[in-house]
Amino acid sequence: MPEKIVIIGAGQAGQQAVQSLRSEGFKGAITMVGDEAYPPYQRPPLSKAYLLGTFERPRLFLKPDAFYDEAGCELLLSTSAKAIHRADRTVELTDGRLLAYDKLLLTTGARVRKLRCPGADLPGIHYLKTIADVDGLQSVFQSGKRIAIVGGGYIGLEVAAVGAKRGLNVTVFEAMDRLMARAVSPQLSAFYASEHEKAGVKLKLNTGVEGFEGNGKVERIRAGGQTYETDIVLVGIGVIPCQELAEAAGLACTDGIMVDQNARTSDPHIWSAGDCTRHTGREGQEIRLECVQNAIDQAKHAAMAMTGKPKTYSEVPWFWSDQYDLKLQIAGLARPTDTLVQRGDPASRKFAVFHLRDGVVAAVEAVNAAPEYLIGKKMIAEGKSVAPEMLADLSIPMKQMG
Amino acid sequence: MPPAKYKVTYIEDGGKAHTVEVTEGWSLMEGAVKHLIPGIDADCGGACACATCQVYVAPEWQAKLPPKGEMEETMLDFAPDVRPTSRLSCQLRMSAALDGIVLNLPKSQH
Repeated sequence: MPEKIVIIGAGQAGQQAVQSLRSEGFKGAITMVGDEAYPPYQRPPLSKAYLLGTFERPRLFLKPDAFYDEAGCELLLSTSAKAIHRADRTVELTDGRLLAYDKLLLTTGARVRKLRCPGADLPGIHYLKTIADVDGLQSVFQSGKRIAIVGGGYIGLEVAAVGAKRGLNVTVFEAMDRLMARAVSPQLSAFYASEHEKAGVKLKLNTGVEGFEGNGKVERIRAGGQTYETDIVLVGIGVIPCQELAEAAGLACTDGIMVDQNARTSDPHIWSAGDCTRHTGREGQEIRLECVQNAIDQAKHAAMAMTGKPKTYSEVPWFWSDQYDLKLQIAGLARPTDTLVQRGDPASRKFAVFHLRDGVVAAVEAVNAAPEYLIGKKMIAEGKSVAPEMLADLSIPMKQMG
Repeated sequence: MPPAKYKVTYIEDGGKAHTVEVTEGWSLMEGAVKHLIPGIDADCGGACACATCQVYVAPEWQAKLPPKGEMEETMLDFAPDVRPTSRLSCQLRMSAALDGIVLNLPKSQH
């Protein structure tokens, strides 16, 4: 009997796993189950070019349908898994079917965190995670409309930038005292705040949302003790790992499905990759990464381990965000105790902030600064130490430091 | 009216040629992925973040291409087997001017 691999979750990690399982020489059967109607697609453009309307839907798909045929991957779309029966090694689908597996891969991803406050269920309050979400938002996302964005993180700010470009009247409500507080240094937060304000976006920092009001649809948002009129609300306050199936099957989960450095869960026949996992990062701390890099790299490592060629996952994480004509690229994971070194002037709209830990480059945040990002990323991977005054000196090219 | 499509020939390192049609405005990387051309990995999906969509552009087509941006230039510094004719196919957009373009693929993108 040929070996059978079942993959639950048809996102970027699932697609990468299909590709890598075949390139690693897996000859058995592969079935991938996904609850959305679409084959795996790129999520990053959803809050950027796809919302703006400059990137049509067919371009979102990671692979054409022929890829799954050629890879011999059975794709069960609009299909959800209900339970994992570990003792029998089967996956039970909500339609009652049972899929037998020898090895199982969970690439279930994450879902949006929902607001819980009065009026949070009113029509007109949007979230952004799927094609369907954006298509729903798109129909009301029109010039002249007022949009209240809850959450000044990547998603909220990317939508704010697209909204400003499309002529909407944009207000961002952020509970913390600065933008993207969880993801970037204070320098970057301040720079992005000024860019958004220049584009006409109103920022309300230190302003938690208290509720929504409206007659049949959202018309007002209450935040920071005040009430604001609005036509649309977009909420971007983070995601929660989809770990329910794993948890119900008794796999170790702690804010994410726990996996080792080969992407293996607490069951030796089950692996997991992407946004749904928590693993021990290259610096020894437990982390949950929500990004394309982790989806791709962890899925590759899962495929290697599932085909008997385990390799330790220790890639440097990287992230990006597009807002206006600014390309933000981040490599590594910063800590609040890092020493910050700025290279270049934010006023030039091209600069980078390096995070040094014990003299070694631990993370880099680069705005429109490709060499800083790429060479910085290489320095992080190599654990390279560099003098702060050299890093800050624009007359020394990055290449000389890498 | 459906968008125009133009011809691109991708030649694998082993010499096998694939001539396919790519929609105007799509990147030449997307064209390769859409047609399952082996030899273009495009890990990052076109964010210019991975340098796994490198191609060699035949000299007669070089002049018709836009110049390399700083990001592409730097990415190529880190790619394997870079030649003077190397480009990242995610940064090249299909247009009438490139109808018939021939791209050679490197042996490996990693």
